[in-house]
Parts: sequence; structure tokens; C-alpha cells
Amino acid sequence: MSRPAIAEPRRAALPLRRWQAMTLAERQAWLAWLFLLPALLVVVAVAMVPLVQTLYFSFTDKRLGALEPEQWIGLENYRFLLTDPLWWTAVKVTVQFTVITVVLEFLLGLLIALVVNSRFPGRGPMRAAMLVPWAIPTVLSAQMWKWMYNDIFGVINDLLKRAGLIEQNIAWLARPDTSLIAVASIDIWKTTPFVALLLLAGLQVIPDELYEAATVDGASRIRQFFTITLPLLRPAIVVALIFRTLDALRVFDVFYVLFGARPDMQTMAVYAQNYIVAFSDVGYGSAISVAIFLVIAIFVVAYVTTLKVEVQT
Amino acid sequence: MRLASAQRRDLRRRLSRILFYVVLAIIAIYLVFPFYWAIRSAIVPDSVQFATPVVYWPENPSLENFRKVLATGQFRRALLNSAIVAGTVTLLSLAVGAMGAYALGRFRFRGSTPVRYIILSMTMFPSISVLGGLYTLITQFGLYNSLGALVYSYLIFTLPFTVWVLMTFFRQLPRDLEEAAYVDGASPFQTFWRIMLPLSAPGLVTTGLLAFIAAWNEFLYALSFTQTPDKRTITLAIFYFSPQTGGGFEIPWGQMMAATVIVTLPLIVLTLIFQRRIIAGLTAGAVKG
Repeated sequence: MSRPAIAEPRRAALPLRRWQAMTLAERQAWLAWLFLLPALLVVVAVAMVPLVQTLYFSFTDKRLGALEPEQWIGLENYRFLLTDPLWWTAVKVTVQFTVITVVLEFLLGLLIALVVNSRFPGRGPMRAAMLVPWAIPTVLSAQMWKWMYNDIFGVINDLLKRAGLIEQNIAWLARPDTSLIAVASIDIWKTTPFVALLLLAGLQVIPDELYEAATVDGASRIRQFFTITLPLLRPAIVVALIFRTLDALRVFDVFYVLFGARPDMQTMAVYAQNYIVAFSDVGYGSAISVAIFLVIAIFVVAYVTTLKVEVQT
Repeated sequence: MRLASAQRRDLRRRLSRILFYVVLAIIAIYLVFPFYWAIRSAIVPDSVQFATPVVYWPENPSLENFRKVLATGQFRRALLNSAIVAGTVTLLSLAVGAMGAYALGRFRFRGSTPVRYIILSMTMFPSISVLGGLYTLITQFGLYNSLGALVYSYLIFTLPFTVWVLMTFFRQLPRDLEEAAYVDGASPFQTFWRIMLPLSAPGLVTTGLLAFIAAWNEFLYALSFTQTPDKRTITLAIFYFSPQTGGGFEIPWGQMMAATVIVTLPLIVLTLIFQRRIIAGLTAGAVKG
């Protein structure tokens, strides 16, 4: 408070003079960082700090609500993780789910994209309707299907019985051998149209002249598909595959709604969330989170090296 | 002979046309049937709901389930909570994200490439991988079981995405308008606020909508960071749906489907209106093969 008032004008003048002495490029850089500052602060607060903390906790025995502060235990959590049968069950369930859904969503999505790409009346509304399953919350679509899969009053059992495919009601969501099919069918329903839209966007940039020229040269429809459509669709296919795989590996909502934390039907994300929140075991839960991150990283590296993706920035 | 082969070709074409429409119909039914079933289950009374064999076309539809759901305070509260959280997150992401995107999209400066890479990697970041850290932070700062915890944590997926998509929008804008503004003596902030922001309004609408939908649909953080019913968002309310009105032996599926229809309808309307922009925004994404 006792600062001499006379110093104020000089303090204010100095940055201004420095600003005027700057080159245009220097000024631009300052301005850019100024514009970026709020976003960077938010990123640090909501992502960087929690990320570093999670990494740190994974090397400790941190428990929420514990009286004593956490202790550094080195790789103890990770050592336990490697021999934890429930973790490996979760990995198995997640990877099985990922492979089933990504493959089927891609094949079905491609079929739908090819069909919708040809001209027919009602194409516009059809395209619009395809976005709808994607837009509704996964929790809601999971509940809708949970009701359809209901073992006594469910419409799926009823339809299958009418078609003569089954004789007795099946408890789809309770039986270990049908649970995975049931949950995969929900994800496929919700996400295939979205995959189809991504592929459709790729199909629409392929010029018609290519097909016309191929037809003149006598190439069959099937040949055209493999020599024109598929190679030119590659960028869209790569995007769709990577997006879907990353999403499937971190799946949480649909499994949690259908199975809660049932030991034989937990995904990696359900397993981690359960440890952190239900058991307050932040240390081990964080180690699971880091492990999930590593599993996803392995998939990304595999994709990038096999499909030769280039990242555009 | 020639006539016969022409006829055969004609027949084949007609057959493949029929096959095409059969495939189309199967796809359409597969897409639409679950929605039909949700609506049918919402408008039948429990006596029909829990009857075997299943009734496919209800004779006496009633809005009883809708009335019951809307009468519960918890459901209305959850709708309000979701609107507050998703609205706040969207506005914050747009305000902060547009400025950041402007810097990254229109300025050349050292350090911009690493920042872009960080933002890009965050758009693919799994929310679960920071749960331990977030949960501890939120408890430490007394945010546990508050809507503030959700606003704070949802920014982790809405902000990077907003920056990324808006950046591509800003890049597409012509240079001359911006330069004209500078020549006329406008400050950088005036140029951003008066010229660039209005020009990128379509981009703001798209990203805002996508951020809103993402926040509205979120489940993992809502489940982890809240506890009491009055703090539940809509996804949690529908997850925890339990018999409240009328002691039933089953989960009140009719009411739950009514709630689902109520929550889904605005989303369907929004996506149908903005479908072209949504697709453009989603495919303006990150990776190029």
C-alpha cells in the first residue's frame, strides 16, 4: 500500500514501449498465446493435473478417506495386476467385445453405406434417421434393449419363439454364454449407422466417371468394388476403424447398465471404476487406468504401423 | 432368341431391384424397431406390459406412464440438472475453445504444433484414465456430489474437441476480411469478436450441439462424482429407475420407456434438423489415412 505513486506511469509505459518495438511476428506470437491462455489453463486443470496424479497414485497405496497419507509402494500395484485373474477376465471380455463389434459394425456399415449411396426415393430421410441411434444416450438405448431382452416379457424371446427358432425363453443377460452376444448386439445397433455415415462420406467423394469408364471397359460390378471403391475408400475406412476400436476398448456405459460389476462381465473400464469409487482403492484403481491406457496405446500403434496412417495437424 | 435374352435380362434387373428393397427394408426395420418398442411399451398399461404372449399392437394406448413419470420430482430434477450441466459446459467450451481455436487456426507462432498435438491426443483420451486423479481432486476441493464436479470434469472431453473442430472452421475463413479490419484500426480482440466469431457461427452451432449431446449423454463421471438423488443427471435417473409410484414387483418398464421417449425426442429433433452439420463436424475429425 505504501508503494510510491510516481512509479506507476513508468511501469505502465515500459510494456507499451516494448510492445511498440516488437516485430509483427513477435506481436502475433504474444497475441496467440494470450488467446490460447484460457484453453491451456483449463487443459492443465482438468486433464494434466488429474493425469499426473493418476500416474502417481498408481505407484502408491492411496485410499480415499484413509487417515494416513499414501505411501510409495513402487510397482506393487502393477505386480498384483499381472496376477489378478479378474483383471485378465476384464481384458478378455473387452477385447472379445471390441473384435466382435468392430468387425461386424464395419461390414454391416459398409453394406448400409453402399445401399444408401445409390439413388432411391426416401434416401434423404433414411440418411437422417441413421444418426438417431448415435445421438441418444447409451444408458437409454441399453435400457431399451434390456427390456427387449427381458427373459419373461421380452419381445426378443417372443419373436424368436414365433419364428420357431427357440422353444423356451432364454435369459439372455443372465447366461454366461449369451451375455456377450446380447451386449454386442446393442452396440452394433447403436453404432453401425454411425460407421455407415463415416463410410458414406468417403463414398460420396469417389467420382462417378471412374465407374463409367470401368463399365465401358467391361469390368463387372464386383471387380469395380475391389479395384475402385475399396482402395479409394481407404481413408474413411481407417478413420472408422480407429475411432470404433478406441471407443470399444474403453466401453463402460452399456456393460454397467446390463451387468453392473458382475465379475465375469466386467470391462476394463468397469473394473477400474469399481475399484476407485466403490472400494475407494484409488491406488490400485489408478494402476488399472494406466494399464487400460497402455492396452489402447498398443492397439493404436498396431493400427498406425499396419495401415500407415498419417496424422494431419 | 434375342427377345428371350432381353426378357431374361429385364427379369434379372427386376429381381435385383426387389432384393435391393428387401435389404433396405430389413435395415430400416432393424434401425427403427427398438424405437417402436420403446414407444409401444410407454403407452400400454402394466396389465398389457406384463402379459404373455406379447402384445405387438396396443388396443387402448394411454398416456398414464408419461403422466406418472412427469409427476415424479426426481425425474424433473434430473432433467433440470442435465440441462444446467450440459448448458454450462457447452457455453464454457465454446467461449474458451473459440479463443484457443482462433489462435491455433489463424496465427503462426513457435510452439503451435506441440499445442495442436496435445489437443489432438486429448480428443482421443479415454475418460477412465484420469478417474483416480479426478476423483481425488474433486473430493479434496469439496466438489463431490455437486453439479460443479460434473461441469469441471466434462470439460475434459468437450474442450479439446471444440478447439479442434473450430480450428478447422477458422482456417477455412478468407484472410481479406481480417486484414481489412486490421487496416481499419481494429484491435485483435475486436477483430476476433466482431469479424471472426460471427463468420464462424455455423461452426459454433455444430460444435456447441455436439458438446451438448456429449455432456447430456455422459454417464461414467456422473455415476462416480454424485451420490444423492437430487444431484442426478438424466442418464443416472434412468439408470437408477425404480418403482416409486404404484408398488410393482417388476421394474416399472412402462414408466422407464416413457422417460426414455421424453428424453430422446428433443435429441431426435435436434439431430434431424442439424444432421448435415453434425456429419460435417464429426468427419472434420482428426485422422487422415
